[in-house]
Amino acid sequence: MNTILEIKDLYKNYQTIEKEIIVLHNINFKVNEGDFISIVGPSGAGKSTLLSIIAGLEDYKGKIIKNDITIGYMLQKDYLMPYLTILDNCLLGLKINKKCKKDNIKRVKDLLIKYGLEDYIYSYPDDLSGGQRQRAALIRTLALNPDILLLDEPFSALDYQTRLNISKDIKNIIKNEKKTLIMVTHDISEAINMSNKVIVLSNTPSSIKAIYKIDYDFDDDIIKNRTSKEFMEYYSRIWRDLND
Amino acid sequence: MISDERKIYLKNIKKDKLFITISRIMILVIFLFLWEVLSKLKVIDTFMFSSPSKIINTIINTDNILLHVLTTLKEIIISFILGNIIGFIISSILWFNKKLSLILDPYLTTINSLPKVALGPLIIILVGANENSIIIMALLISSIISILNMVSYFNSTDPNMIKIIKTMGGTKKDIFFRVVLPSNLNFIIDSFKVNISMCFVGVIMGEFLVSKQGIGYLINYGSQIFNMNLVLTGITLLILLTIILYLLMELISNKIKR
Ligand SMILES: Nc1ncnc2c1ncn2[C@@H]1O[C@H](COP(=O)(O)OP(=O)(O)O)[C@@H](O)[C@H]1O
Ligand SMILES: [Mg+2]
Repeated sequence: MNTILEIKDLYKNYQTIEKEIIVLHNINFKVNEGDFISIVGPSGAGKSTLLSIIAGLEDYKGKIIKNDITIGYMLQKDYLMPYLTILDNCLLGLKINKKCKKDNIKRVKDLLIKYGLEDYIYSYPDDLSGGQRQRAALIRTLALNPDILLLDEPFSALDYQTRLNISKDIKNIIKNEKKTLIMVTHDISEAINMSNKVIVLSNTPSSIKAIYKIDYDFDDDIIKNRTSKEFMEYYSRIWRDLND
Repeated sequence: MISDERKIYLKNIKKDKLFITISRIMILVIFLFLWEVLSKLKVIDTFMFSSPSKIINTIINTDNILLHVLTTLKEIIISFILGNIIGFIISSILWFNKKLSLILDPYLTTINSLPKVALGPLIIILVGANENSIIIMALLISSIISILNMVSYFNSTDPNMIKIIKTMGGTKKDIFFRVVLPSNLNFIIDSFKVNISMCFVGVIMGEFLVSKQGIGYLINYGSQIFNMNLVLTGITLLILLTIILYLLMELISNKIKR
C-alpha cells in the first residue's frame, strides 16, 4: 500500500491572552491509500485540532508530508447553507474553485441520485431529515473529488437509530468512491466497525497512546458484533486505554 | 379534510383579526369626528388647533403643496439610497479589515451618540445653506447607526459556516459573498427599513434649519407666522407620507425575503 499522508513529530499549541494551551505533543502516524482510520480520545484531547491541521486550517510545528493530494473536510454538523438548494450547497466547493463545469455538475447530480437524494436536489436543507442532511454534506465534501476525507464526529448530532443506518451508508459511500478516510469519533463500536486502524489519543497534552490494526472485517450489524469474541477483545482494550 | 374543531379555530382567528382592524379604524374615525364636531361647536379653538376640514381645505387650496411634498420625498429618497450604499460599503470594508474596525470603533460610537442636530450650524457652514445640508444631515443620522448595526451582524456570522468555505479553499471574498452576505440578508433588509425612518427624521430636521420648500419648511414657516393651521397641515402630510413609505418598504422587503 502506498502512503499518501504522513504526520511526523507534530506539535500544536494554542496561544490565548490568558494562557498557552498545549494540545498535541509529538504525533506520528502514516495514512495509506484506502485506509479507514478512526481517532478516539477524551474530549478536549485535540482531535478536531488534528483534523483542522491536516486540512490546512491551522498552523503547527512539525512535518506533514502530503503527496499532491486534495483533502475534504466534513464538520460535526452538516452546516448546509439554509438559503441554498441541496444542489447549490453541493456545488459550493466547485464554484469557489471555479470548477463548476458541466461534467462536474453532472457528477454531483449523479452522486445525489445514487445516494438517495434524487427527490431533494432542488429542495432546501430545512426540508430534509437529519440523516439526509448528513448525506448531502458528505456529497458536498465529495464534490471536489478529494483523495482523503476528514470527518469530525459526523454522526454525533443524530439520534441512535439514524446513526446506525447513516454510519453504514457513509462507510459504503466512501468505500464505493474509493476514498481514504480519517474519522474522529467517541463511539468505540463505531470506530472498530468502520475502520482498519484505530488511533487512541491520550489526555492533553495528547500523544498517541496506541494504534490498533483491525484485521477483521466485521459485520455492519453492531448488535451481531457484540457477540463476536474478536470485537469484544478490541473493544475492551480500547476502552481500557481511554479509561486509565 | 378540515375538522370542525379546526374550522372554529380558523374562524376565531379571522374574527379577532377583523375586530382589531375595525377597532383601529374606529379610533381614527372617532378622533377625527370629535375634533371636527368640537371645533364646529367652538369647544376647541380652531385658531390654535385647526380642524380636519380646515386641514383638507388647506391641502387642496394652498399653492405648491405638491411641490413641498415632492421636495421632502425627493430628499428622503436621495438620502435613503445614498445612506444605504454608504452604510453598506463602509460596513463591508470594516468587516474585511478587523483592525480598522477596532481602531474606528470609539469614534463611530461617539459620533453615533452625539445629537446630530447640534452639528447643523457646522454642516451649513461647510456645505452651504441649501439642499445638500439637508441630505448630509439625514445621512449623518441614518448611516452611522446602520454601519454599527451591520458590522455587528456581519461579525456574528456562524464561524462554522465560514469554516466550511475555508475547507473548500475559499478566500475572504468567498466568505463574504457566499456566507456573510446571504446569511445576513434579512438583517440587512431590516436595517434598510429602519433607515427610512432615520432619513425622515434627518430630512425634517434639516428642513427646519435650512430650506425654502418642503414639509419641514411648511411647519417651520407656519410656526413663525403663528399659522397653526399650516403647522397641523404639515404634520398631517408627514403622517401620510410616513404611512405610504412604510407600506412600500414592507411590500418590497416581503418580496425580497420571499
Ligand atoms: N481556536 C482555539 N483557540 C484556543 N484554544 C483552542 C482553539 N481550538 C481549540 N482549542 C483548545 O484546544 C483543546 C483541544 O480542542 P479540540 O481539538 O476541539 O478537542 P477535541 O476535538 O478532541 O474535543 C481544547 O482545550 C480547546 O479548548
Ligand atoms: Mg472535537
